[in-house]
Amino acid sequence: MTLKTRVIPCLDVKDGRVVKGVNFVDLVDAGDPVESAIAYDAAGADELCFLDITASHEGRDTIYDVVARTAEHCFMPLTVGGGIRTVEDIRKLLLSGADKVSINSAAVKDPDFINAAADKFGNQCIVVSVDAKQRAEDALVDGQSKWEIYTHGGRNATGIDAIEFAKDMVKRGAGELLVTSMDRDGTKIGFDLELTRAISDAVEVPVIASGGVGTLDHLVDGVNEGRASAVLAASIFHFGTFSIGEAKAHMAQSGIAVRQDNVAKG
Amino acid sequence: MSEKIVIVDYGAGNLKSAQNATQRAARELAGECDVLVSSDPKDVQNADRVILPGVGAFADCMNGLTSVEGMVDALHKRVILDAVPFLGICVGMQLLASEGREKVYTHGLDWIPGIVKHIEPNDKMLKVPHMGWNTLTQTNAHPMIDDLDIGPDGLNAYFVHSYHFEVADPAHLLATVEYGQTLTAIVGRENLIATQFHPEKSQALGLKFISNFLNWSL
Repeated sequence: MTLKTRVIPCLDVKDGRVVKGVNFVDLVDAGDPVESAIAYDAAGADELCFLDITASHEGRDTIYDVVARTAEHCFMPLTVGGGIRTVEDIRKLLLSGADKVSINSAAVKDPDFINAAADKFGNQCIVVSVDAKQRAEDALVDGQSKWEIYTHGGRNATGIDAIEFAKDMVKRGAGELLVTSMDRDGTKIGFDLELTRAISDAVEVPVIASGGVGTLDHLVDGVNEGRASAVLAASIFHFGTFSIGEAKAHMAQSGIAVRQDNVAKG
Repeated sequence: MSEKIVIVDYGAGNLKSAQNATQRAARELAGECDVLVSSDPKDVQNADRVILPGVGAFADCMNGLTSVEGMVDALHKRVILDAVPFLGICVGMQLLASEGREKVYTHGLDWIPGIVKHIEPNDKMLKVPHMGWNTLTQTNAHPMIDDLDIGPDGLNAYFVHSYHFEVADPAHLLATVEYGQTLTAIVGRENLIATQFHPEKSQALGLKFISNFLNWSL
């Protein structure tokens, strides 16, 4: 009787192949994103996220094929991010079968792009990726932490305040925010809960917490303390540290409503 | 005779998902059916079943539908006069209302009396849009719903919407969903059925629902 907190595995895709291996026992080809997607689907993932990290322009077309093949087999929401710069990029992804697109650098470079994208395709399919690092020098000034927006996978600082950016993106039409702590990404020490909560409290749209998950308690914290509507993780699922089912069982034990439709009832 | 299922293309949203899920459901039924995505009113007039999807804003979708020449007339003729089975999805469901109040007031198809309004959850902590998986509560008997595994402990459906359909006649309300208030999840009358959630994105529940639609005989 309540909206469920979503658990979203994220796959890094390069030139049409999964970059990090996926540790599913019954997986035929660990490098094929479609196989991985099908395995996550069967395991009870609530949504899937593909992050296209293909560097070359020529390689970009491979993602459309991956999305199209995934959408034929997986009947749940699919978000695709990475390198989206134009309305035409979005249109091609949606026509291939994506449900949402996640936009990062292009939103920072040209905020009006988010207005144009949301007007054309609806707010519900525009996710803005908020990649932020804490600004240590500001932390003690007014007792309030500050975060700065980064682009290009955390390489380029922008000087833009993360909370203000988040609010602006929602005003422009973002239907959801994917909040990634660039300080925590890959560390396995947990989400930046303060950042997640500050953004979640500042906007009315759902926030997906991302970056830093190492244990199942981190997922719980992201929801209870970070006030995230969804939790996204890559490596704990890729490397088989935990399954989607284990993550959901742990969250359920902690009192978080999760969807467990594929768990046999009885 | 193979059945012709037409998914109406009026420029609104992700038709590929609806087509994929309908094709999958059709294959599992092992039935003969052609699933066609079309913006041609002639295809609608020859359809055995019609699916009207939709994502985005009410006014944009209604404008999209009316700007396909002859489409509203073709839908009216085939769905209302000839009474072929009709499935509306998300904004494709909301368009059945008398009026939409998203951004501007817009007339809907007025096939199911009611008004589409913004979601105002009692709990201010709840986010809008209502996005994600939620369970359904059946409010009226219907052959397409009676055998679904729904209810508080049943299967979940995938929702994403900021507006919801307040139906005028409780007899047209077939299922609801709770999100700080009771929201309409499924509406229907005679040969019309429509869902606020996305059956094409609702895994097991969604495929079963679409399969029920393909099997639905009036």
